[in-house]
Amino acid sequence: MTETADVDPNPIVSRLRERKPRGVAEVISFRGETTIVVPREFLRDVAEYLAVEPDLDFKLLGDITGVDRFPVEPRFELNYHLVSLSQRTRLRLRVRVPGNDPMADSVTMIWPTANWHEREIFDLFGVRFEGHPDLTRILLPDDWEGYPLRKDFPTEGRR
Amino acid sequence: MTTIQTAVGESKTMILNMGPQHPSTHGVLRVVLELDGETVVKARPEIGYLHTGIEKTGEALTYSQAITITDRLDYLAPLSNNLCYCLAVEKLLQIEPPPRAKYARILLTELTRIGSHLVWVGTHALDLGAMSVFLYCFREREELLKILEFVSGQRMMTSYFRIGGLALEPPPGWLERVDKFLRLFHSRLPEYETLLTDNRIWRARTQGVGVISAKDAVALGVTGPVLRSTGVAYDVRKMFPYAGYEEFDFEVPTSTDGDCYARYILRIAEMRESEKIIRQAMAKIPAEGPIKADAPGIVPPQREKMKTEMEALIYHFKIFTEGFAPPAGEVYQAIESPRGELGFFVASDGSPKPYRMKVRAPSFVNLQALPKLVEGRLLADVVACIGTIDIVLGEVDR
Repeated sequence: MTETADVDPNPIVSRLRERKPRGVAEVISFRGETTIVVPREFLRDVAEYLAVEPDLDFKLLGDITGVDRFPVEPRFELNYHLVSLSQRTRLRLRVRVPGNDPMADSVTMIWPTANWHEREIFDLFGVRFEGHPDLTRILLPDDWEGYPLRKDFPTEGRR
Repeated sequence: MTTIQTAVGESKTMILNMGPQHPSTHGVLRVVLELDGETVVKARPEIGYLHTGIEKTGEALTYSQAITITDRLDYLAPLSNNLCYCLAVEKLLQIEPPPRAKYARILLTELTRIGSHLVWVGTHALDLGAMSVFLYCFREREELLKILEFVSGQRMMTSYFRIGGLALEPPPGWLERVDKFLRLFHSRLPEYETLLTDNRIWRARTQGVGVISAKDAVALGVTGPVLRSTGVAYDVRKMFPYAGYEEFDFEVPTSTDGDCYARYILRIAEMRESEKIIRQAMAKIPAEGPIKADAPGIVPPQREKMKTEMEALIYHFKIFTEGFAPPAGEVYQAIESPRGELGFFVASDGSPKPYRMKVRAPSFVNLQALPKLVEGRLLADVVACIGTIDIVLGEVDR
Protein backbone atom coordinates (compact mmCIF):
# COMPACT_ATOMS: atom_id res chain seq x y z
CA MET A 1 0.00 0.00 0.00
CA THR A 2 2.89 2.35 0.63
CA GLU A 3 5.10 2.16 -2.40
CA THR A 4 6.54 5.61 -1.99
CA ALA A 5 6.56 7.08 1.48
CA ASP A 6 8.04 10.55 1.19
CA VAL A 7 9.10 11.28 -2.35
CA ASP A 8 6.03 12.24 -4.26
CA PRO A 9 6.14 14.00 -7.59
CA ASN A 10 2.57 15.24 -7.28
CA PRO A 11 2.72 19.06 -7.04
CA ILE A 12 -0.65 19.21 -5.31
CA VAL A 13 0.76 17.21 -2.41
CA SER A 14 3.79 19.45 -1.93
CA ARG A 15 1.60 22.51 -2.14
CA LEU A 16 -0.84 21.14 0.38
CA ARG A 17 2.05 20.22 2.69
CA GLU A 18 3.23 23.80 2.48
CA ARG A 19 -0.12 25.53 2.94
CA LYS A 20 -1.91 23.08 5.21
CA PRO A 21 0.96 21.28 6.98
CA ARG A 22 -1.25 19.73 9.63
CA GLY A 23 -3.82 18.62 7.05
CA VAL A 24 -1.54 15.99 5.47
CA ALA A 25 -0.91 12.98 7.70
CA GLU A 26 0.32 10.57 5.05
CA VAL A 27 0.60 10.33 1.27
CA ILE A 28 0.04 7.05 -0.52
CA SER A 29 0.90 6.45 -4.16
CA PHE A 30 -0.41 3.25 -5.64
CA ARG A 31 -0.89 2.39 -9.33
CA GLY A 32 -0.54 6.02 -10.31
CA GLU A 33 -3.23 7.23 -7.93
CA THR A 34 -2.45 9.65 -5.15
CA THR A 35 -4.20 9.38 -1.81
CA ILE A 36 -3.79 12.04 0.84
CA VAL A 37 -4.65 10.87 4.32
CA VAL A 38 -6.18 13.81 6.16
CA PRO A 39 -6.64 13.89 9.95
CA ARG A 40 -10.34 13.85 10.75
CA GLU A 41 -10.44 17.33 12.27
CA PHE A 42 -8.84 18.95 9.19
CA LEU A 43 -11.10 17.40 6.56
CA ARG A 44 -13.31 20.42 5.97
CA ASP A 45 -10.35 22.79 5.97
CA VAL A 46 -8.41 20.78 3.37
CA ALA A 47 -11.52 20.09 1.29
CA GLU A 48 -12.42 23.75 1.13
CA TYR A 49 -8.88 24.70 0.14
CA LEU A 50 -8.84 22.17 -2.70
CA ALA A 51 -12.26 23.20 -3.99
CA VAL A 52 -11.88 26.97 -3.76
CA GLU A 53 -8.27 27.53 -4.86
CA PRO A 54 -8.65 28.56 -8.54
CA ASP A 55 -5.61 26.73 -9.91
CA LEU A 56 -6.56 23.49 -8.14
CA ASP A 57 -10.30 23.72 -8.82
CA PHE A 58 -11.49 20.41 -7.38
CA LYS A 59 -15.09 21.46 -7.95
CA LEU A 60 -16.40 17.99 -8.75
CA LEU A 61 -16.71 15.44 -5.97
CA GLY A 62 -17.07 12.17 -7.83
CA ASP A 63 -17.76 9.83 -5.00
CA ILE A 64 -17.35 9.03 -1.32
CA THR A 65 -16.58 5.42 -0.47
CA GLY A 66 -16.60 3.92 2.97
CA VAL A 67 -14.40 0.96 3.87
CA ASP A 68 -14.59 -1.02 7.10
CA ARG A 69 -11.19 -2.29 8.27
CA PHE A 70 -12.61 -4.23 11.23
CA PRO A 71 -10.96 -5.25 13.58
CA VAL A 72 -8.18 -2.74 12.86
CA GLU A 73 -8.56 0.64 14.54
CA PRO A 74 -9.28 3.31 13.40
CA ARG A 75 -11.88 1.15 11.85
CA PHE A 76 -13.56 3.15 9.07
CA GLU A 77 -12.00 4.76 6.05
CA LEU A 78 -13.76 7.41 4.01
CA ASN A 79 -12.37 7.93 0.52
CA TYR A 80 -13.26 11.17 -1.26
CA HIS A 81 -12.68 10.98 -5.00
CA LEU A 82 -12.12 14.48 -6.34
CA VAL A 83 -11.94 15.59 -9.96
CA SER A 84 -10.54 18.85 -11.25
CA LEU A 85 -12.04 19.51 -14.66
CA SER A 86 -9.77 22.45 -15.52
CA GLN A 87 -6.56 20.71 -14.36
CA ARG A 88 -7.64 17.32 -15.76
CA THR A 89 -6.58 15.49 -12.65
CA ARG A 90 -7.93 13.28 -9.91
CA LEU A 91 -7.14 13.12 -6.23
CA ARG A 92 -8.29 10.97 -3.35
CA LEU A 93 -8.64 12.18 0.21
CA ARG A 94 -8.83 9.61 2.96
CA VAL A 95 -10.13 10.15 6.45
CA ARG A 96 -9.85 7.48 9.12
CA VAL A 97 -12.68 7.27 11.61
CA PRO A 98 -12.52 5.26 14.85
CA GLY A 99 -15.16 2.63 15.58
CA ASN A 100 -16.04 3.93 19.05
CA ASP A 101 -16.85 7.39 17.69
CA PRO A 102 -17.98 6.97 14.07
CA MET A 103 -18.33 10.62 13.19
CA ALA A 104 -16.88 12.90 10.52
CA ASP A 105 -17.54 16.42 9.30
CA SER A 106 -20.01 16.70 6.46
CA VAL A 107 -18.73 18.28 3.25
CA THR A 108 -22.20 19.05 1.87
CA MET A 109 -21.60 22.80 2.18
CA ILE A 110 -18.56 22.49 -0.11
CA TRP A 111 -19.94 19.89 -2.51
CA PRO A 112 -23.77 19.55 -2.38
CA THR A 113 -23.44 16.18 -4.12
CA ALA A 114 -22.02 14.76 -0.89
CA ASN A 115 -25.55 14.75 0.52
CA TRP A 116 -26.58 11.37 -0.87
CA HIS A 117 -23.10 9.85 -0.59
CA GLU A 118 -22.98 10.66 3.10
CA ARG A 119 -26.50 9.38 3.62
CA GLU A 120 -25.47 6.13 1.95
CA ILE A 121 -22.44 5.74 4.20
CA PHE A 122 -24.56 6.52 7.24
CA ASP A 123 -27.08 3.95 6.04
CA LEU A 124 -24.64 1.13 5.31
CA PHE A 125 -21.73 1.79 7.69
CA GLY A 126 -23.28 3.79 10.50
CA VAL A 127 -20.83 6.68 10.24
CA ARG A 128 -22.49 9.96 11.23
CA PHE A 129 -21.77 13.27 9.53
CA GLU A 130 -21.66 16.45 11.56
CA GLY A 131 -23.53 19.26 9.84
CA HIS A 132 -25.41 17.12 7.32
CA PRO A 133 -28.81 18.70 6.51
CA ASP A 134 -30.81 15.46 6.37
CA LEU A 135 -28.98 12.45 7.75
CA THR A 136 -31.51 9.64 7.20
CA ARG A 137 -31.31 6.17 5.74
CA ILE A 138 -31.38 6.23 1.95
CA LEU A 139 -31.33 2.67 0.58
CA LEU A 140 -32.62 0.62 3.50
CA PRO A 141 -35.98 1.00 5.28
CA ASP A 142 -36.01 3.49 8.15
CA ASP A 143 -36.60 0.75 10.74
CA TRP A 144 -33.69 -1.43 9.61
CA GLU A 145 -31.37 -2.54 12.38
CA GLY A 146 -27.64 -2.69 11.84
CA TYR A 147 -25.30 -1.52 9.12
CA PRO A 148 -24.90 -4.14 6.37
CA LEU A 149 -21.57 -3.10 4.88
CA ARG A 150 -19.80 -3.42 8.22
CA LYS A 151 -17.58 -6.46 8.25
CA ASP A 152 -19.15 -7.80 11.45
CA PHE A 153 -22.64 -7.78 9.92
CA PRO A 154 -23.53 -11.46 9.42
CA THR A 155 -24.22 -12.52 5.85
CA GLU A 156 -26.10 -15.66 6.78
CA GLY A 157 -28.19 -16.95 9.64
CA ARG A 158 -30.15 -14.82 12.07
CA ARG A 159 -28.93 -11.41 12.97
CA MET B 1 -52.32 19.64 3.56
CA THR B 2 -50.13 22.51 4.55
CA THR B 3 -51.00 26.14 4.24
CA ILE B 4 -48.42 28.53 2.85
CA GLN B 5 -48.52 32.29 2.56
CA THR B 6 -48.05 33.67 -0.92
CA ALA B 7 -48.04 37.21 -2.30
CA VAL B 8 -51.74 37.00 -3.19
CA GLY B 9 -52.92 35.29 -0.02
CA GLU B 10 -53.15 31.85 1.44
CA SER B 11 -52.42 28.85 -0.64
CA LYS B 12 -52.75 25.20 0.12
CA THR B 13 -50.21 22.65 -1.03
CA MET B 14 -50.86 19.00 -1.56
CA ILE B 15 -48.54 16.03 -1.23
CA LEU B 16 -48.64 13.73 -4.22
CA ASN B 17 -46.93 10.38 -4.21
CA MET B 18 -45.51 9.31 -7.57
CA GLY B 19 -44.26 5.75 -7.76
CA PRO B 20 -42.75 3.33 -6.88
CA GLN B 21 -45.25 1.74 -9.26
CA HIS B 22 -45.56 4.28 -12.01
CA PRO B 23 -44.93 3.67 -15.70
CA SER B 24 -42.86 6.82 -16.15
CA THR B 25 -40.41 6.35 -13.32
CA HIS B 26 -38.47 3.71 -15.29
CA GLY B 27 -38.47 1.17 -12.50
CA VAL B 28 -39.20 1.52 -8.84
CA LEU B 29 -38.43 5.16 -8.18
CA ARG B 30 -40.71 7.00 -5.81
CA VAL B 31 -40.92 10.77 -5.88
CA VAL B 32 -42.80 12.63 -3.17
CA LEU B 33 -44.07 15.85 -4.68
CA GLU B 34 -45.44 18.85 -2.87
CA LEU B 35 -47.79 20.64 -5.25
CA ASP B 36 -49.33 24.07 -5.25
CA GLY B 37 -52.01 23.62 -7.86
CA GLU B 38 -50.09 22.14 -10.74
CA THR B 39 -46.76 23.66 -9.75
CA VAL B 40 -44.17 21.55 -8.00
CA VAL B 41 -43.04 23.28 -4.81
CA LYS B 42 -40.79 20.53 -3.56
CA ALA B 43 -39.70 17.16 -4.86
CA ARG B 44 -37.99 14.42 -2.91
CA PRO B 45 -36.82 11.25 -4.62
CA GLU B 46 -37.10 8.17 -2.40
CA ILE B 47 -34.93 5.30 -3.52
CA GLY B 48 -33.87 1.89 -2.28
CA TYR B 49 -36.80 -0.22 -3.50
CA LEU B 50 -34.43 -2.28 -5.64
CA HIS B 51 -31.56 -2.48 -3.16
CA THR B 52 -30.11 -5.96 -3.41
CA GLY B 53 -26.79 -5.47 -1.65
CA ILE B 54 -24.65 -5.96 -4.74
CA GLU B 55 -21.61 -4.38 -3.07
CA LYS B 56 -21.89 -6.73 -0.09
CA THR B 57 -22.38 -9.71 -2.42
CA GLY B 58 -19.21 -8.72 -4.25
CA GLU B 59 -17.21 -9.15 -1.06
CA ALA B 60 -18.22 -12.81 -0.90
CA LEU B 61 -17.25 -13.67 -4.49
CA THR B 62 -13.86 -14.10 -6.08
CA TYR B 63 -12.63 -11.44 -8.48
CA SER B 64 -13.73 -13.41 -11.53
CA GLN B 65 -17.10 -14.40 -10.09
CA ALA B 66 -17.90 -10.79 -9.25
CA ILE B 67 -18.06 -9.93 -12.98
CA THR B 68 -21.47 -11.61 -13.16
CA ILE B 69 -23.03 -9.25 -10.64
CA THR B 70 -21.76 -6.15 -12.41
CA ASP B 71 -24.12 -6.90 -15.32
CA ARG B 72 -27.07 -6.55 -13.00
CA LEU B 73 -26.28 -2.96 -12.10
CA ASP B 74 -26.97 -1.13 -15.31
CA TYR B 75 -28.91 -3.72 -17.23
CA LEU B 76 -29.22 -1.50 -20.29
CA ALA B 77 -25.45 -1.32 -20.75
CA PRO B 78 -24.09 -4.46 -19.08
CA LEU B 79 -20.85 -4.37 -21.05
CA SER B 80 -19.97 -0.93 -19.69
CA ASN B 81 -20.12 -2.35 -16.19
CA ASN B 82 -18.09 -5.41 -17.17
CA LEU B 83 -15.49 -3.18 -18.77
CA CYS B 84 -15.19 -0.84 -15.82
CA TYR B 85 -14.85 -3.64 -13.29
CA CYS B 86 -12.33 -5.55 -15.40
CA LEU B 87 -10.24 -2.42 -15.94
CA ALA B 88 -10.20 -1.76 -12.20
CA VAL B 89 -9.00 -5.26 -11.37
CA GLU B 90 -6.52 -5.17 -14.26
CA LYS B 91 -5.12 -1.95 -12.85
CA LEU B 92 -4.70 -3.67 -9.52
CA LEU B 93 -2.98 -6.64 -11.16
CA GLN B 94 -1.06 -4.52 -13.68
CA ILE B 95 -2.03 -6.61 -16.65
CA GLU B 96 -3.30 -5.49 -20.05
CA PRO B 97 -5.48 -7.29 -22.56
CA PRO B 98 -3.98 -8.09 -25.99
CA PRO B 99 -4.91 -5.78 -28.91
CA ARG B 100 -7.63 -8.01 -30.27
CA ALA B 101 -9.46 -8.05 -26.95
CA LYS B 102 -8.83 -4.35 -26.44
CA TYR B 103 -10.54 -3.28 -29.67
CA ALA B 104 -13.30 -5.85 -29.35
CA ARG B 105 -14.09 -4.40 -25.94
CA ILE B 106 -14.34 -0.86 -27.26
CA LEU B 107 -16.43 -1.99 -30.20
CA LEU B 108 -18.91 -3.90 -28.06
CA THR B 109 -19.08 -1.22 -25.37
CA GLU B 110 -19.96 1.38 -27.97
CA LEU B 111 -22.60 -0.95 -29.40
CA THR B 112 -24.21 -1.17 -25.98
CA ARG B 113 -24.04 2.62 -25.73
CA ILE B 114 -26.10 2.81 -28.91
CA GLY B 115 -28.46 0.20 -27.49
CA SER B 116 -28.85 2.08 -24.24
CA HIS B 117 -29.49 5.40 -25.96
CA LEU B 118 -32.03 3.71 -28.25
CA VAL B 119 -33.95 2.50 -25.21
CA TRP B 120 -33.70 5.97 -23.79
CA VAL B 121 -35.03 7.73 -26.91
CA GLY B 122 -37.81 5.18 -27.21
CA THR B 123 -39.00 5.23 -23.61
CA HIS B 124 -38.58 8.96 -23.21
CA ALA B 125 -40.67 9.56 -26.32
CA LEU B 126 -43.24 7.10 -24.97
CA ASP B 127 -43.38 9.00 -21.68
CA LEU B 128 -44.14 12.18 -23.57
CA GLY B 129 -46.73 10.59 -25.80
CA ALA B 130 -44.88 9.64 -28.98
CA MET B 131 -45.67 5.95 -29.21
CA SER B 132 -44.23 5.02 -32.59
CA VAL B 133 -40.63 6.02 -31.85
CA PHE B 134 -40.55 3.41 -29.11
CA LEU B 135 -41.41 0.64 -31.54
CA TYR B 136 -38.76 1.71 -34.05
CA CYS B 137 -36.04 2.02 -31.41
CA PHE B 138 -36.77 -1.39 -29.98
CA ARG B 139 -36.70 -2.89 -33.46
CA GLU B 140 -33.10 -1.71 -33.89
CA ARG B 141 -32.15 -2.68 -30.37
CA GLU B 142 -33.38 -6.19 -31.06
CA GLU B 143 -30.82 -6.46 -33.87
CA LEU B 144 -28.19 -5.26 -31.47
CA LEU B 145 -29.11 -7.78 -28.81
CA LYS B 146 -28.93 -10.50 -31.45
CA ILE B 147 -25.35 -9.47 -32.18
CA LEU B 148 -24.52 -9.63 -28.47
CA GLU B 149 -26.12 -13.05 -28.27
CA PHE B 150 -24.16 -14.19 -31.32
CA VAL B 151 -20.89 -13.04 -29.80
CA SER B 152 -21.31 -13.86 -26.12
CA GLY B 153 -24.18 -16.33 -25.97
CA GLN B 154 -26.36 -13.98 -23.94
CA ARG B 155 -28.67 -11.16 -24.93
CA MET B 156 -28.44 -9.02 -21.83
CA MET B 157 -26.41 -10.33 -18.90
CA THR B 158 -23.46 -11.02 -21.14
CA SER B 159 -20.50 -11.09 -18.68
CA TYR B 160 -18.44 -11.25 -21.84
CA PHE B 161 -15.38 -9.35 -20.65
CA ARG B 162 -13.04 -11.16 -18.31
CA ILE B 163 -10.09 -10.01 -16.30
CA GLY B 164 -7.32 -9.90 -18.88
CA GLY B 165 -9.44 -10.17 -22.01
CA LEU B 166 -12.61 -11.74 -23.34
CA ALA B 167 -14.54 -14.80 -22.23
CA LEU B 168 -14.64 -16.56 -25.58
CA GLU B 169 -13.32 -16.29 -29.07
CA PRO B 170 -15.78 -14.10 -31.06
CA PRO B 171 -17.48 -16.29 -33.69
CA PRO B 172 -16.46 -15.96 -37.35
CA GLY B 173 -18.56 -13.46 -39.23
CA TRP B 174 -19.38 -11.27 -36.24
CA LEU B 175 -17.79 -8.18 -37.75
CA GLU B 176 -19.93 -8.59 -40.86
CA ARG B 177 -23.01 -8.61 -38.66
CA VAL B 178 -21.84 -5.47 -36.89
CA ASP B 179 -21.21 -3.86 -40.27
CA LYS B 180 -24.69 -4.83 -41.48
CA PHE B 181 -26.23 -3.39 -38.33
CA LEU B 182 -24.31 -0.13 -38.63
CA ARG B 183 -25.41 0.39 -42.22
CA LEU B 184 -29.01 -0.21 -41.23
CA PHE B 185 -28.69 2.00 -38.19
CA HIS B 186 -27.05 4.78 -40.17
CA SER B 187 -30.01 4.95 -42.51
CA ARG B 188 -32.59 4.70 -39.73
CA LEU B 189 -31.30 7.24 -37.23
CA PRO B 190 -32.47 10.15 -39.45
CA GLU B 191 -35.90 8.52 -39.49
CA TYR B 192 -36.26 8.83 -35.72
CA GLU B 193 -35.12 12.38 -35.98
CA THR B 194 -37.84 13.21 -38.49
CA LEU B 195 -40.34 12.00 -35.90
CA LEU B 196 -38.98 14.08 -33.04
CA THR B 197 -36.35 16.74 -33.72
CA ASP B 198 -38.62 19.24 -35.45
CA ASN B 199 -41.84 17.93 -34.00
CA ARG B 200 -43.67 20.90 -32.46
CA ILE B 201 -45.26 18.91 -29.66
CA TRP B 202 -41.91 17.30 -28.79
CA ARG B 203 -40.23 20.69 -28.72
CA ALA B 204 -42.96 22.19 -26.57
CA ARG B 205 -42.62 19.38 -24.08
CA THR B 206 -38.82 19.50 -23.86
CA GLN B 207 -37.46 22.93 -24.80
CA GLY B 208 -36.80 25.08 -21.77
CA VAL B 209 -37.95 22.23 -19.51
CA GLY B 210 -35.73 20.95 -16.70
CA VAL B 211 -33.05 23.58 -17.10
CA ILE B 212 -29.94 23.28 -14.94
CA SER B 213 -26.90 25.55 -14.91
CA ALA B 214 -23.34 24.32 -15.32
CA LYS B 215 -22.45 25.49 -11.81
CA ASP B 216 -25.34 23.60 -10.20
CA ALA B 217 -24.64 20.50 -12.27
CA VAL B 218 -20.98 20.35 -11.21
CA ALA B 219 -21.88 21.06 -7.58
CA LEU B 220 -24.35 18.18 -7.63
CA GLY B 221 -21.75 15.86 -9.18
CA VAL B 222 -23.82 15.35 -12.32
CA THR B 223 -21.97 13.69 -15.22
CA GLY B 224 -22.74 12.33 -18.65
CA PRO B 225 -25.11 13.89 -21.19
CA VAL B 226 -26.88 15.88 -18.45
CA LEU B 227 -23.64 17.66 -17.55
CA ARG B 228 -22.63 18.09 -21.17
CA SER B 229 -25.99 19.71 -21.94
CA THR B 230 -24.88 22.58 -19.71
CA GLY B 231 -21.72 23.22 -21.72
CA VAL B 232 -19.17 21.33 -19.60
CA ALA B 233 -17.31 19.01 -21.96
CA TYR B 234 -16.52 16.33 -19.40
CA ASP B 235 -16.32 12.94 -21.03
CA VAL B 236 -14.14 10.39 -19.23
CA ARG B 237 -13.14 8.89 -22.59
CA LYS B 238 -11.46 12.17 -23.52
CA MET B 239 -10.41 13.56 -20.15
CA PHE B 240 -8.99 10.40 -18.56
CA PRO B 241 -8.67 7.96 -21.48
CA TYR B 242 -8.89 4.26 -20.63
CA ALA B 243 -8.96 0.93 -22.47
CA GLY B 244 -7.37 2.50 -25.59
CA TYR B 245 -9.81 5.36 -26.28
CA GLU B 246 -6.87 7.74 -26.76
CA GLU B 247 -6.30 6.12 -30.18
CA PHE B 248 -9.77 6.97 -31.43
CA ASP B 249 -11.00 10.04 -33.19
CA PHE B 250 -14.38 11.26 -32.01
CA GLU B 251 -16.12 14.40 -30.81
CA VAL B 252 -17.75 15.14 -27.48
CA PRO B 253 -20.99 16.91 -28.36
CA THR B 254 -22.03 19.65 -25.95
CA SER B 255 -24.77 22.21 -25.73
CA THR B 256 -25.33 25.23 -23.52
CA ASP B 257 -29.11 25.11 -23.25
CA GLY B 258 -29.16 22.72 -20.31
CA ASP B 259 -32.75 21.62 -21.03
CA CYS B 260 -34.42 18.32 -21.89
CA TYR B 261 -34.30 19.05 -25.62
CA ALA B 262 -30.53 19.62 -25.48
CA ARG B 263 -30.07 16.26 -23.76
CA TYR B 264 -32.12 14.59 -26.48
CA ILE B 265 -30.02 16.22 -29.22
CA LEU B 266 -26.81 15.21 -27.41
CA ARG B 267 -27.79 11.58 -27.08
CA ILE B 268 -28.65 11.41 -30.77
CA ALA B 269 -25.26 13.00 -31.56
CA GLU B 270 -23.53 10.55 -29.23
CA MET B 271 -24.99 7.62 -31.10
CA ARG B 272 -23.41 9.01 -34.28
CA GLU B 273 -20.05 9.35 -32.48
CA SER B 274 -20.33 5.77 -31.22
CA GLU B 275 -20.93 4.67 -34.77
CA LYS B 276 -17.70 6.43 -35.78
CA ILE B 277 -15.79 4.72 -32.96
CA ILE B 278 -17.15 1.30 -33.93
CA ARG B 279 -16.10 1.86 -37.55
CA GLN B 280 -12.58 2.75 -36.39
CA ALA B 281 -12.44 -0.24 -34.05
CA MET B 282 -13.49 -2.54 -36.88
CA ALA B 283 -10.57 -1.25 -38.93
CA LYS B 284 -8.10 -1.60 -36.06
CA ILE B 285 -9.05 -5.03 -34.76
CA PRO B 286 -6.53 -7.71 -35.80
CA ALA B 287 -8.04 -10.71 -37.55
CA GLU B 288 -6.05 -13.12 -35.45
CA GLY B 289 -4.28 -13.21 -32.17
CA PRO B 290 -4.90 -14.01 -28.53
CA ILE B 291 -8.02 -12.72 -26.77
CA LYS B 292 -6.62 -13.15 -23.27
CA ALA B 293 -3.61 -11.61 -21.61
CA ASP B 294 -0.56 -13.72 -20.99
CA ALA B 295 -0.91 -13.82 -17.22
CA PRO B 296 -0.55 -17.33 -15.82
CA GLY B 297 -2.41 -17.81 -12.58
CA ILE B 298 -4.93 -15.10 -13.43
CA VAL B 299 -6.19 -15.92 -16.90
CA PRO B 300 -7.36 -19.53 -17.30
CA PRO B 301 -4.97 -21.57 -19.50
CA GLN B 302 -5.95 -22.88 -22.91
CA ARG B 303 -7.57 -26.27 -22.99
CA GLU B 304 -4.83 -27.67 -25.25
CA LYS B 305 -2.08 -26.65 -22.86
CA MET B 306 -3.80 -28.33 -19.93
CA LYS B 307 -3.43 -31.68 -21.66
CA THR B 308 0.32 -31.37 -22.05
CA GLU B 309 1.59 -29.04 -19.34
CA MET B 310 1.43 -29.74 -15.64
CA GLU B 311 1.62 -26.03 -14.70
CA ALA B 312 -1.35 -25.18 -16.86
CA LEU B 313 -3.40 -27.85 -15.11
CA ILE B 314 -2.38 -26.57 -11.69
CA TYR B 315 -3.22 -22.98 -12.63
CA HIS B 316 -6.56 -24.06 -13.98
CA PHE B 317 -7.37 -25.87 -10.76
CA LYS B 318 -6.24 -23.00 -8.58
CA ILE B 319 -8.08 -20.31 -10.56
CA PHE B 320 -11.37 -22.16 -10.36
CA THR B 321 -11.10 -23.33 -6.76
CA GLU B 322 -9.63 -20.40 -4.89
CA GLY B 323 -9.15 -17.66 -7.49
CA PHE B 324 -6.19 -15.33 -7.62
CA ALA B 325 -5.02 -12.79 -5.09
CA PRO B 326 -4.03 -9.30 -6.30
CA PRO B 327 -1.60 -7.28 -4.15
CA ALA B 328 -3.13 -5.26 -1.31
CA GLY B 329 -4.15 -1.74 -2.24
CA GLU B 330 -7.01 0.33 -3.59
CA VAL B 331 -7.77 1.50 -7.09
CA TYR B 332 -10.51 3.61 -8.61
CA GLN B 333 -11.32 3.22 -12.28
CA ALA B 334 -13.81 5.45 -14.07
CA ILE B 335 -15.34 5.01 -17.50
CA GLU B 336 -17.92 6.92 -19.49
CA SER B 337 -21.05 4.79 -19.35
CA PRO B 338 -24.10 5.89 -21.38
CA ARG B 339 -25.29 7.67 -18.24
CA GLY B 340 -22.11 9.37 -17.09
CA GLU B 341 -19.06 8.59 -15.03
CA LEU B 342 -19.26 5.00 -13.88
CA GLY B 343 -16.57 4.14 -11.38
CA PHE B 344 -15.42 1.05 -9.54
CA PHE B 345 -13.44 1.39 -6.35
CA VAL B 346 -11.83 -1.95 -5.61
CA ALA B 347 -9.93 -2.48 -2.38
CA SER B 348 -7.81 -5.59 -2.07
CA ASP B 349 -6.39 -6.98 1.15
CA GLY B 350 -4.30 -9.57 -0.67
CA SER B 351 -6.96 -12.27 -0.57
CA PRO B 352 -8.79 -13.79 -3.60
CA LYS B 353 -11.97 -11.83 -2.88
CA PRO B 354 -12.42 -8.07 -3.14
CA TYR B 355 -12.27 -6.56 0.35
CA ARG B 356 -14.58 -3.80 -0.83
CA MET B 357 -16.19 -3.23 -4.18
CA LYS B 358 -17.87 0.12 -4.48
CA VAL B 359 -19.82 1.24 -7.52
CA ARG B 360 -19.91 4.92 -8.29
CA ALA B 361 -23.20 4.75 -10.14
CA PRO B 362 -23.89 7.70 -12.45
CA SER B 363 -27.66 7.26 -12.14
CA PHE B 364 -27.50 7.49 -8.34
CA VAL B 365 -25.61 10.77 -8.44
CA ASN B 366 -27.54 12.28 -11.35
CA LEU B 367 -30.88 11.52 -9.73
CA GLN B 368 -29.92 13.83 -6.91
CA ALA B 369 -30.34 16.72 -9.37
CA LEU B 370 -34.02 15.90 -9.96
CA PRO B 371 -35.41 18.41 -7.40
CA LYS B 372 -33.31 21.11 -9.03
CA LEU B 373 -34.83 20.30 -12.43
CA VAL B 374 -38.48 20.12 -11.42
CA GLU B 375 -39.03 22.54 -8.55
CA GLY B 376 -41.07 25.52 -9.71
CA ARG B 377 -42.25 23.75 -12.84
CA LEU B 378 -45.46 21.97 -13.77
CA LEU B 379 -46.32 18.46 -12.68
CA ALA B 380 -46.35 17.22 -16.28
CA ASP B 381 -42.71 18.26 -16.63
CA VAL B 382 -41.67 15.89 -13.85
CA VAL B 383 -42.10 12.96 -16.22
CA ALA B 384 -39.97 14.68 -18.86
CA CYS B 385 -37.26 15.44 -16.28
CA ILE B 386 -37.09 11.93 -14.82
CA GLY B 387 -36.82 10.54 -18.33
CA THR B 388 -34.16 12.94 -19.42
CA ILE B 389 -31.79 12.11 -16.54
CA ASP B 390 -31.85 8.54 -17.88
CA ILE B 391 -31.76 6.55 -14.68
CA VAL B 392 -31.50 2.80 -14.33
CA LEU B 393 -32.80 1.79 -10.94
CA GLY B 394 -30.64 -1.29 -10.76
CA GLU B 395 -27.70 1.05 -10.61
CA VAL B 396 -29.30 3.65 -8.34
CA ASP B 397 -30.19 1.15 -5.63
CA ARG B 398 -27.51 -1.47 -6.24
